Amino acid sequence: MSVESLKCKECGATYELGAGYACENCFGPLEVAYDHSGLDATEAKRRIQAGSQGIWRYADFLPFTGRPLDPLEPGLTPLLRADRLAERLGLDAEIWIKNDAANPTHSFKDRVVAVAVAKARELGFETVACASTGNLANAVAAHAAAAGLESYVLVPANLEEQKLLATAIYGTNLVGVRGNYDAVNRLCTQLAETRPWAFVNVNLRPYYAEGSKTLAYETAEQLGWELPDRVVCPIASGSLFTKVARGFQEWTDLGLIEGEQPVFNGAQALGCSPVATAFAEGWDVCKPQKPETIAKSLAIGDPADGPYALEQARRSGGSIDSVTDEEIRAGIRLLAETTGIFTETAGGVTVGVLAKLAERGDIGAGERVVVYITGEGLKTLDATRDSFHMHEIDPDLESFESAFEHQQEVVA
Amino acid sequence: MAVTVKIPTQLRAATGGEAEVEVVGSTVGDALDALFEAHADLRERITQDGDLRRFVNVYVSGEDIRFQQGLETAINEGDEVTILPAVAGG
Repeated sequence: MSVESLKCKECGATYELGAGYACENCFGPLEVAYDHSGLDATEAKRRIQAGSQGIWRYADFLPFTGRPLDPLEPGLTPLLRADRLAERLGLDAEIWIKNDAANPTHSFKDRVVAVAVAKARELGFETVACASTGNLANAVAAHAAAAGLESYVLVPANLEEQKLLATAIYGTNLVGVRGNYDAVNRLCTQLAETRPWAFVNVNLRPYYAEGSKTLAYETAEQLGWELPDRVVCPIASGSLFTKVARGFQEWTDLGLIEGEQPVFNGAQALGCSPVATAFAEGWDVCKPQKPETIAKSLAIGDPADGPYALEQARRSGGSIDSVTDEEIRAGIRLLAETTGIFTETAGGVTVGVLAKLAERGDIGAGERVVVYITGEGLKTLDATRDSFHMHEIDPDLESFESAFEHQQEVVA
Repeated sequence: MAVTVKIPTQLRAATGGEAEVEVVGSTVGDALDALFEAHADLRERITQDGDLRRFVNVYVSGEDIRFQQGLETAINEGDEVTILPAVAGG
């Protein structure tokens, strides 16, 4: 069993395992192909359980021949049963929250970057770079710092201050581009032609994307080697959504888990909903949009994996829905109040869509639903600023009593 | 109108290594037809049944043609037409 080649998802042409991402014949995306023939499922599980406490425990299913080199190992984030959330939504179902804010730089991007940076080192790159909506920027800067590599991080200049700060602190070359994410991405695609750098989500994208499969692997392992019935997952480029599906399918094909594949529900913000729109319209491809939403981490108007996300949602019997900025804020609050998890706007989008599915009656009694929370609330403070009231008092009992006179419980 | 078409690395085998090709045309579609006349192999690689393949992006002086009139988008003297793979990012 080993990593074999890069293979075009459209025409099937194969390429060597180098830095490449688009097929020369048809421009289709390249994906990592493996040869897992002869894999013994019981032995594979044993190797996983004896492995590290992070994503490298799944190294057999990642694009490396040797031991992956990344010192800031992410993964094994908590999977928490959220009964109070289910109750608030009126659901007679098992709701589980996969809290991926519990990674080194507080988002799921640590998974993809750990894989990309390890691959960059294996391929001999000395500089890593990316086009980012913020979370990826944090992760690239941090993993590059930990590995002792030079890094260049390109982001839209109007990004949240917290995300800029939590990138620059690692000593990267932070570049704010006057334009939206799609403009940044285009610039990086052009730069990747002339600079000898590993752009994690351009010329290393086939490897980078593989990191998202670990979210499926962990979910299955944490559920006791079982599949969930349904997943709710945010969609920006569509890469996470399609790779989580691939992770479940791969392990099912190899006999590590068994059963029906989950229903996939995708979540977008209404202000940037090219995939949800294409789903609703019955299109096979997405029409690009100019994003206008508080969910900046999902603000990709021209999603690279849009067509595959559409296929996945339809094939699994799921859907792709969108929610307003108000519903995003309500989603952040609902998750915080019922689970103790403070998520960023992307998580608000995901919980908002969960609420929509509950209201529509899509979630059946007894279903086991996994909700992917991909980032941390402290990174998007603008979305929740002014959303609370503080009781400011003098430091004496009288002040306290008058502030809380409606609350008269005291010790006898 | 004379315009420059910028060819991405992945397609340069079909242009004999050239990174830029000068063509004449009044729309993006015209310019691409002129490009295919000069380099026949390119047609099949980036189009299918007369349309751009789904993972091909084309920009006129930086703006995605899908926000304009697609292949009917008018081009002006000196414009730069850029072809790029649509499979990056995220």
